[in-house]
Amino acid sequence: MCLGIPGKIVRWVHRDGTLAAAEVEFDGVRRVCHMACVPEAKEGDYVIVHAGIAISRVDPVEARRIFEQLEALGDDDGWRDD
Amino acid sequence: MKYLDEYRDPQGARRLLQQIRRTATQRWILMEVCGGQTHSLLRHGIEEALEGCIELVHGPGCPVCVTPTETIDLAQALSKRDDVMLTSFGDMLRVPGSEQSLLDVRAGGGRVRAVYSPLDAVELARRNPEKEVVFLAVGFETTAPATALAVQRAAHDGIGNFSLLVAHVRVQPAMEALVQSSDCRVQAFLAAGHVCAVMGYASYEAFARQFGLPVVVAGFEPLDLLAGILACVRQLEAGEARVENEYSRGVQREGNPVAQAIVREVYEICDRPWRGFGTIRQGGLRLRKAWREFDAEARFSCTDSLPVIEASQCLSGEILSGRIKPPACPAFGNACTPDRPLGAPMVSSEGACAAFYLYRRNG
Ligand code: SF4
Repeated sequence: MCLGIPGKIVRWVHRDGTLAAAEVEFDGVRRVCHMACVPEAKEGDYVIVHAGIAISRVDPVEARRIFEQLEALGDDDGWRDD
Repeated sequence: MKYLDEYRDPQGARRLLQQIRRTATQRWILMEVCGGQTHSLLRHGIEEALEGCIELVHGPGCPVCVTPTETIDLAQALSKRDDVMLTSFGDMLRVPGSEQSLLDVRAGGGRVRAVYSPLDAVELARRNPEKEVVFLAVGFETTAPATALAVQRAAHDGIGNFSLLVAHVRVQPAMEALVQSSDCRVQAFLAAGHVCAVMGYASYEAFARQFGLPVVVAGFEPLDLLAGILACVRQLEAGEARVENEYSRGVQREGNPVAQAIVREVYEICDRPWRGFGTIRQGGLRLRKAWREFDAEARFSCTDSLPVIEASQCLSGEILSGRIKPPACPAFGNACTPDRPLGAPMVSSEGACAAFYLYRRNG
């Protein structure tokens, strides 16, 4: 139910208030999403969309953190799947 | 898909699994609160891969599942009125009420429509001025901004034939109810990522301290979940109980203040009955007085409640509170399947029973 899908803002349609809306692209498919909760988002930004509304902006710097953490874990050294 | 596929990298997942196994000196018991996470843990085989190392207890975080039968019965009663078109998310329509589901009502000629967004229900109201469009508003804090926006939109555009049947629930009071029950075995929580995207996680700091339990905000993809589990295990091994954020690409400590303000303007906190828990203090949201004209219960003066009939075989209360796992229910996979569900956890794709049925039936 709390499913949220990241999509890229292609174009703002409406900028104000409860009508705020933008075209957001998900895997090549575009959909108009409601943007009232992320008024500061820019075209090219990614937002997490739930039930037709963007609830959060994806932070591209934080998005790399897990891969840095993985890097720090080092190589897979002989772990067996047992 | 960007910000999705890279978090499903099998090699990264293996490394994290390895690290979890190396770190854990005992079989810690973790609860993932959100049903979306339950689904992902089973779908990607993480629960199975951690067997013997970490026990995952599946939490109550499926809003469709915890919606009480009374609410579904009430929605059905409304949907049978000639002037009403009842709308909700698709999953909600399949949940059995006392006698039938909303989809059964539709098969019998009732006007019931599944929508993707509550704002689509407002559009239906605009296009069908002769009908009263009611949206059954279920969901956690993740969904509350969308339904609040829907009533704001209806008010803005002067759409008088739209209303909400509000059954919104709040996650943290349920977590508190869980840890205070005498038989709670949970030692750490994975907090629901998208609830936190809206609400933030500052409020978990007092919770973690008070109950001495680590709380780690986690996302929904395999790497997100494994990083969350690893963070829990590290804290447990070190005897710590802090709040950590392993979903920082989508969640900030303060959450989304704009979304919170929209929710606060429309809703106030109330006590609410949860299936499997009874009434949870401050466990839900209801429309504020100023928005009462959009309250379906007030509009259709739904006062007399009908007697509720629960399927007697269904152990959904035990499932939702994490006391038992789905295969322990005698009806699981026999009398109860996704095609003929006896209880809500078998209906919703995020319900624990459906997730086990889909991914672990033979395992
Ligand atoms: S398997 Fe079916 S009957 Fe058993 S608890 Fe789950 S939903 Fe209820």
